[in-house]
Amino acid sequence: MVQDTHAHDVVLEVINLKKYFQFSRKAVLKAVDDVTFSVKKGEVFGLVGESGCGKTTAGRTIVGLYTPTSGRIVYEGEDVSKLRGADVKRFKRHMQIIFQDPYASLDPRMTVGDIIGEALDIHGLATGRDRLARIHELLDVVGLSAEHANRFPHEFSGGQRQRIGIARALAVDPKFIVADEPISALDVSIQAQVVNLLSRLREERGLTYIFIAHDLAMVKHLSDNVGVMYLGRLVELAPSAELYKNPVHPYTQGLLSAIPIPDPRVERERKRIVLEGEVPSPVNPPRGCRFQTRCRTVKPICREEDPKLKQVAPGHFAACHLY
Amino acid sequence: MRLASAQEITRDMFEPLQLGAGEGEAITRPPISYWREVVRRFRRNRLAVVGLVILIALLVFAFAGPLFTHWDPREQSLFDTNKPPSGEHWFGTDNLGRDMFARLCYGTKVSLFVGVMAALIDLVVGVIYGGISGYFGGAVDDVMMRVVDILYGIPYIIVAILLLVVIGPGLWSVILAMTITGWVGMARLVRGQVLQLKEQEYVLAARALGASHLGIILRHLIPNAMGVIIVQMTFTIPGAIFGEAFLSFIGLGVPLPLASLGTMANDGYQYLRIYPYQLIIPAIAIIMTMLGFNFVGDGLRDALDPKLRR
Repeated sequence: MVQDTHAHDVVLEVINLKKYFQFSRKAVLKAVDDVTFSVKKGEVFGLVGESGCGKTTAGRTIVGLYTPTSGRIVYEGEDVSKLRGADVKRFKRHMQIIFQDPYASLDPRMTVGDIIGEALDIHGLATGRDRLARIHELLDVVGLSAEHANRFPHEFSGGQRQRIGIARALAVDPKFIVADEPISALDVSIQAQVVNLLSRLREERGLTYIFIAHDLAMVKHLSDNVGVMYLGRLVELAPSAELYKNPVHPYTQGLLSAIPIPDPRVERERKRIVLEGEVPSPVNPPRGCRFQTRCRTVKPICREEDPKLKQVAPGHFAACHLY
Repeated sequence: MRLASAQEITRDMFEPLQLGAGEGEAITRPPISYWREVVRRFRRNRLAVVGLVILIALLVFAFAGPLFTHWDPREQSLFDTNKPPSGEHWFGTDNLGRDMFARLCYGTKVSLFVGVMAALIDLVVGVIYGGISGYFGGAVDDVMMRVVDILYGIPYIIVAILLLVVIGPGLWSVILAMTITGWVGMARLVRGQVLQLKEQEYVLAARALGASHLGIILRHLIPNAMGVIIVQMTFTIPGAIFGEAFLSFIGLGVPLPLASLGTMANDGYQYLRIYPYQLIIPAIAIIMTMLGFNFVGDGLRDALDPKLRR
């Protein structure tokens, strides 16, 4: 495709999204503060950042589990927050979420068949014999067998449970999946299994993913575009290859330098950029640039003015006063 | 250190095993449902089983007992007052000549009825109130929980006495007196459970799938809170029975000609020095009821706790 198909390609636009949690009259936690990005059809958009940076909140707000404080989420040209009644249900069939903790995301009182069947029941997709056949089919898709339908979640391993969670999300035949750290609770040996399943499903079903993670190596492997979040803000946004080759934000540089290189000789010589200090509280973030407290290249302007997301190279955006 | 006999083990002694497709995913243990697991764990707890046996014995005694005796619990016989236990009157007679065995069956039935009714009312009011408060949260929760706090601060015995004075004694007045502040315990418990459960990822998953509020409550919240609710009920029932016995003992209990374990103890207490069996027999019945419910409650609490699952 040579022409500018940009407008048609974009399935999801997140525009100035803010999600604040009010704790008391004074304390407001700005979990997601003015985040803007867009996701193209069929791509994997990686969202990375350390714990508490708001990536999970962003993901949950996108699928509609939280109501945004302000900003818009536009899916296939429709503002999601304006949907009502039957349209909401239709949207839920398009967009699904996979959760981080495979032990918490399956109801311990329900059989696997009922967990997957719940999705079918809510949308009235199949009943009776069809329902059972569909459940078995979904179990087969994620590499489990039909006889697992009568089992309870506690009888499965972490990786198996995560695949049950994926089967549940697939039950409504979604086009778009927000994968909220789907592998971070799993053993390393099982992670590849789940990642490969997600990749296979993407190819077979033409899915689009937002892949949330704190493991940059995995995101690099999977994603087409990556957004880096810090304290509720998007600090850098670039195509995956570009970001890993040429990170411009000091935070991204620090994060990338934490990835070990699988060559002991290179690894030994390598200088790591260690991020000093703790993340400031999102209830009371520093004035100016939020990263100033840990930045190696902090300038006076960083304490005064909040940097805007600027284009530093084609398709590569960063929010930093250095550029 | 190397073993000298290492040369005995050679490569050709090993035979590669082929893992068939999907074999790694097979689970051989038969599927165990949550409730089956609960029954299994409950049965392992000896004290709980003893409690259950006591409760069943009490129920049989209360409902089948009258079949074994021809005496009427209300029939007075002034020629046969204060008879000690004998072949004719198994538990003796009281100061009005009523057969204590028949009367104890009857009293146990009334006491159990009061306990179960009070627990059911607590259950319905508490689950609905606590459920709404916890599920909707925020300002709704704040207001509803302040009401609970106020009710919790009022001593129940004062409310009970006032209520009985105002609406007069009677079986339902006693039940009402017990439940009018009693439900707050259940409400708090259910609210806490719902508050915790609604943030669980499986509830979020159901919401992401588009489940309705009612769907989430019926499918996820109630089944998962059920264990705690049942345990609370097994402690509410003896609490109410004891409360009724206490009110009866101070003369505010179920009115005559009804009898409960409490009123019988009260009657017997007046003749404690001369006819001690008149107090001891209903007292033993009260103790057995308390023990039975508490043992079963403890056993259920352990059996229903998913954290103890092995």
